[in-house]
Amino acid sequence: MYTQGLDGQPAEAAVVDESALEQRFLARVDAEEKIEPKDWMPARYRNTLIRQISQHAHSEIVGMLPEGNWITRAPTLKRKAILIAKVQDEGGHGAYLYSAAETLGVSRDQLIEQLLSGKAKYSSIFNYPTPTWADVGAIGWLVDGAAIMNQIPLCRCSYGPYARAMVRVCREESFHQRQGYDLMLQLARGTPDQKRMAQEALNRWWWPALMMFGPSDANSTHTGDSQRWKIKRFSNDELRQKFVDFTVPQAKFLDLTVPDPQLHWDESKQQYSFGPIDWSEFDQVLKGNGPCNTERLAARRNAHAAGAWVREAASAYAAKRRPSAAGVAA
Amino acid sequence: MKGAAETDAQALFRYVLRLGDLSLVLGQRLGEWVGHSPALEEDLGLANIALDLIGQARLLLSYAGEIEGRGRDEDQLAYLREQGAYFNAILAEQPNGDFGQTLVRQVLIDAFQLELYERMTDSMDARLAAIAAKSVKEVRYHLRYSSGWLVRLGDGTPESHQRVQTSLELLWPYTVELFAEDDVDRAMVDRGIAPRLSEVRAAWVERIEAILAEATLKRPADRPHAWHGKRGQHSEHLGYILAEMQYLQRAYPGARW
Amino acid sequence: MEDQRQWPLFEVFIRARGGLDHKHVGSLHAADPSMALDHARDLYTRRQEGVSIWVVPSKAIIASDPAETDSLFEPARDKIYRHPTFYVIPDEVKTL
Repeated sequence: MYTQGLDGQPAEAAVVDESALEQRFLARVDAEEKIEPKDWMPARYRNTLIRQISQHAHSEIVGMLPEGNWITRAPTLKRKAILIAKVQDEGGHGAYLYSAAETLGVSRDQLIEQLLSGKAKYSSIFNYPTPTWADVGAIGWLVDGAAIMNQIPLCRCSYGPYARAMVRVCREESFHQRQGYDLMLQLARGTPDQKRMAQEALNRWWWPALMMFGPSDANSTHTGDSQRWKIKRFSNDELRQKFVDFTVPQAKFLDLTVPDPQLHWDESKQQYSFGPIDWSEFDQVLKGNGPCNTERLAARRNAHAAGAWVREAASAYAAKRRPSAAGVAA
Repeated sequence: MKGAAETDAQALFRYVLRLGDLSLVLGQRLGEWVGHSPALEEDLGLANIALDLIGQARLLLSYAGEIEGRGRDEDQLAYLREQGAYFNAILAEQPNGDFGQTLVRQVLIDAFQLELYERMTDSMDARLAAIAAKSVKEVRYHLRYSSGWLVRLGDGTPESHQRVQTSLELLWPYTVELFAEDDVDRAMVDRGIAPRLSEVRAAWVERIEAILAEATLKRPADRPHAWHGKRGQHSEHLGYILAEMQYLQRAYPGARW
Repeated sequence: MEDQRQWPLFEVFIRARGGLDHKHVGSLHAADPSMALDHARDLYTRRQEGVSIWVVPSKAIIASDPAETDSLFEPARDKIYRHPTFYVIPDEVKTL
């Protein structure tokens, strides 16, 4: 999902002692109690959360770019407003998530630095281009749809600040998928050119959307710990299957074709059976060789560098005003 | 010979387009920032202002279409007019430049819209009065945001001071047009629809001077030349804005989105 | 050590409707108090979530220590006589 890089990374070197503290921690997690920032927690739990939450935050921020580049070209004023609000929400979600990560003892500057240096990962889905207006619809429908599938269980995650941020994110995100589908519906029922645009966007986004759920369970090394700690509630494959089962009928309603010749309803399992995922493509995009990896990161770096004088000026101004500001508060 | 009612309607149509186009073009410009701001929180702030401006444009262009009475809706007006039929003051179409330049442009227009809309809430035109009453609340926040930033940047570091002072010099001449009264403006005053621009200007100058003083910025010298975006004579920038904004509507005529 | 380049953190409290308490909703970064209010408005009230905002520098918050949870909060547990339901009043007695 937004934190897919996590699953493939080697386990943390630091070994946590099986101490009484850890037993107590696990007991609390088992009892569905929330862990809060100042509570004792195993270092590996903390590090896993920092990595997962910050990757999630980075994904929201980078995720503003592929859709954001259609703001100036949105074809109606209503669509323009919807798109601005949607991209803005993603920025807001990034902000909530950075705040949640900061409760674990890292600063936002450190996290941003990790993103800009290329050290931190973000969801590979945002390294795909949005060449047409239909891609805006496909992202809302498929990418946000897949994201919601993963995020709803995270609202019950054991770490309080993350869970609370996700509640807010999920509540706000509910319009994202719907506006995407609404956009696709308009295209699918439009002119032949528009319908073709919609079909091509589905072709482009279907497989990357399935890859968003991360490696299949057989190859996912971190799922065990994350499930034990109740950070993760369902496996990658479970969520992926659920997504396919939800989405295929939606595609049919649009009268669009899911680009998978092996896709069919499996009567015995009462679910859709789908073709094999090309994990070599996933690996390549993850390694930085996707179509837009370079430009997405460049856009973030440029914004950060171009804004440095602004941030410094605001800090300088605040420093000048500090004594008088204290007076005002009194 | 045109009837007086027809002439009145044309003047009002032109006037409402001026207001609507100002919001639309400025909102379009701010939309370019989303995802590229100096801080995440600023992406949210600029997007909120852009949303308000697009909202104002929709109300005003819809109304303009009704006044015109030829069945054009907000989108037909926004997306299918030629450059010369756009009547925004050209300050709005000036490029974003750096964050400081964007904020200078914003302060100048926010203060104009605030003084204008405050005086339009009791317009004889009930529709414009209602739009003004809604917009004035939005614009008051826009000015809080933009002037807050202008003060921080003006009184921040030597570099930030220099940057925004330069932007102010660059953009100041375009403010003349905001207050350059023509027949359309006079007709609106005569009919009690809009305030007199000289009155708006006096209040605007007072407000801007106070902000500039707090920002430790120097008010540039006035220049007599008025641009004529309000008459459809634009800078080179609007063409690019429209090329981008109107692309889909132009490429797929008649399609619904 | 405090990093001077990074805008400090503020905690945000929102009153959802008149008559309700301000409730903690999250945090944000801002260079100064006025900016913190703007950011809180832009970040946390996009969907009419509030009618009033407080922002507080995060470092001004003084929090209880989770290690002391037992000693701070357990002693209240057996004081059940503080609650009205502790007392059994005959049904015949009204408005008590």
